[in-house]
Amino acid sequence: MIESSQSSGIKTKRFTWENTKQFFRDYGWCYAFILIPLILFVLFTVYPLVMAFIYSFQRYSVLGSEWIGLDNYKSLMNSSVFWTAMKNTLIYTAATVPVNILITLFLALMIFPLNNKSQTFFKAAFYLPGVTSGITMSLIWLWIFDPTGAGLLNAIFNLFGLDSVMWLANPDTALFSLILMTYLGAHGAGILLYLAAMGGIPKSLYEAADIDHAGWWSKLKNITWPLLKPTTLYLLVMGIISSFQVFEQAYVMTMGGPNLATTTIAYLIYDHAFQSFDFGLAAAESFVLGFIIIVISVIQFKFMSTDIEY
Amino acid sequence: MTTNQQQIQLQLDEKKDKQRNLWKKTGLALIYVVLIIWAVLTFIPLIWMFVSSLKDSTAITQVPPQLIPKQPTLDAYQRVFEVGGFARWFLNSLIVSTILTISNVVLASLAGYAFAKLKFPGRHTIFWILLGSMMIPGQITLIPLYILIVNTFQIADTYFALVIPTIVTTANIFLARQFMASLPSSLIDAARIDACSEPKIFWKVILPMAKPGLAVLGIFTFVANWNSFFWPFLVTSSNEMRTLQVGLTSFRYQYTADYGAMMAGAVLTAIPMFIVFLVLQKYFLKGITIGAVKG
Repeated sequence: MIESSQSSGIKTKRFTWENTKQFFRDYGWCYAFILIPLILFVLFTVYPLVMAFIYSFQRYSVLGSEWIGLDNYKSLMNSSVFWTAMKNTLIYTAATVPVNILITLFLALMIFPLNNKSQTFFKAAFYLPGVTSGITMSLIWLWIFDPTGAGLLNAIFNLFGLDSVMWLANPDTALFSLILMTYLGAHGAGILLYLAAMGGIPKSLYEAADIDHAGWWSKLKNITWPLLKPTTLYLLVMGIISSFQVFEQAYVMTMGGPNLATTTIAYLIYDHAFQSFDFGLAAAESFVLGFIIIVISVIQFKFMSTDIEY
Repeated sequence: MTTNQQQIQLQLDEKKDKQRNLWKKTGLALIYVVLIIWAVLTFIPLIWMFVSSLKDSTAITQVPPQLIPKQPTLDAYQRVFEVGGFARWFLNSLIVSTILTISNVVLASLAGYAFAKLKFPGRHTIFWILLGSMMIPGQITLIPLYILIVNTFQIADTYFALVIPTIVTTANIFLARQFMASLPSSLIDAARIDACSEPKIFWKVILPMAKPGLAVLGIFTFVANWNSFFWPFLVTSSNEMRTLQVGLTSFRYQYTADYGAMMAGAVLTAIPMFIVFLVLQKYFLKGITIGAVKG
């Protein structure tokens, strides 16, 4: 009798002292192991999320916020600055993410056939710049883009007889400059993911292709590329999410200027929240950003769940 | 087929093989050339940072720039330390990154183990909520978090404010769960039959097996926090509480023209991470694939 009540444990829904004691004897440690992370999660993620949602319907003030309904959302939809920021973010994303994935894939394809020693060398070489911070990189590129002939890029231009360009001070070239620096950024992490995925493709597929006298291009197109799709998709989504949140370059190098040319969504949120202290408007903007990112993530999960079999 | 024909065929095959080998060799050589060129290109910004940091204030504005400084000098580094605060910023970054590395390794490994290997009511629900929350961009929670720390807790400009929101991150719990799940359950069950307590199982059985994974988690956490900018930038106001990344941006506005000092500061900020990378290279190169997709 006693034994049966013990084995059924918490399954008996009756809330008794005995049951509670048994529940803690069985699962106490499990909950203890996740207790601190859960408290922190509620305090620093759930609570702020709820508050941000509330702020987005208010005109925030330390002394007492005023409820203004959808006014923040309405005013951002009607604000030309918001749409400029949206356009800049989209241009930045479209110009950086696909190109950088292609560069990554191209480099990984070239590293893959090499011997172990060379592989490790190139993996490390392409990874190393990635451990430098966004701030450090932004300062270096600020100096490379210097408008005088002392800046490295203009020095190269002058060498070929071209005039110096005001890279960051000209609204036509500022955003392009921020895009350009990502091409020479670190592709190490993506290369490692691609190489791991390439290592997982069965050799027999290529051997079968060899029997059919398939060329290099046809193998890439018909075997490698389709089987790397999950990795490509992962890099695409991660790339889009992080480029939608790009901030440091715009803050350090251009302050969102000139003439809003490099004002991204993330920069605009910072500007409205911590320069104008319009927390309500900034919260509304952050929810629009969040909505876009969640849509992208959901699309990713949909695609990822269709597993590839070989 | 006559022997003569066979011989010709053999010769032809040999020729083909030779040709194929030649193609292979030129292809491989081409690969090396392209890879080296691209590697050099990605290193140019870093090289330019080092080179610029070794120039004196007149050499740095020279047109065209000297590719190799004619009179290398450490003047710029001296100027970095004259500003005041640089050593303190360095110390702050070290303190904050170390605290967060320890707290993340300890808490994420415990939680990751619980989610991967222990069975308790609600574990799937809780884990999916945590996982789902990773989609929420930091910008959303940032403003209420700032108000909470600065106005409610009134702890702006303290170490506490710098570390508290990232004591343990969801991403790290997820990463820990991924490699905990790959550990064999049989040893855990054996220990449980021997009536080991749960903390003892974790300490004696799990930790030794999970060491490589935890090393990766710790290293990534350290680098990420050393390099993090936005949160320290928001919650610090005094010069003494700045971290390196925040301090470094103040160079941009203090010395609009002194790129030498800026580059020297950048070198001093980046070098510890280069050392960490070079010493712990194998963890970086293996670690990235732990938390990512199969495919």
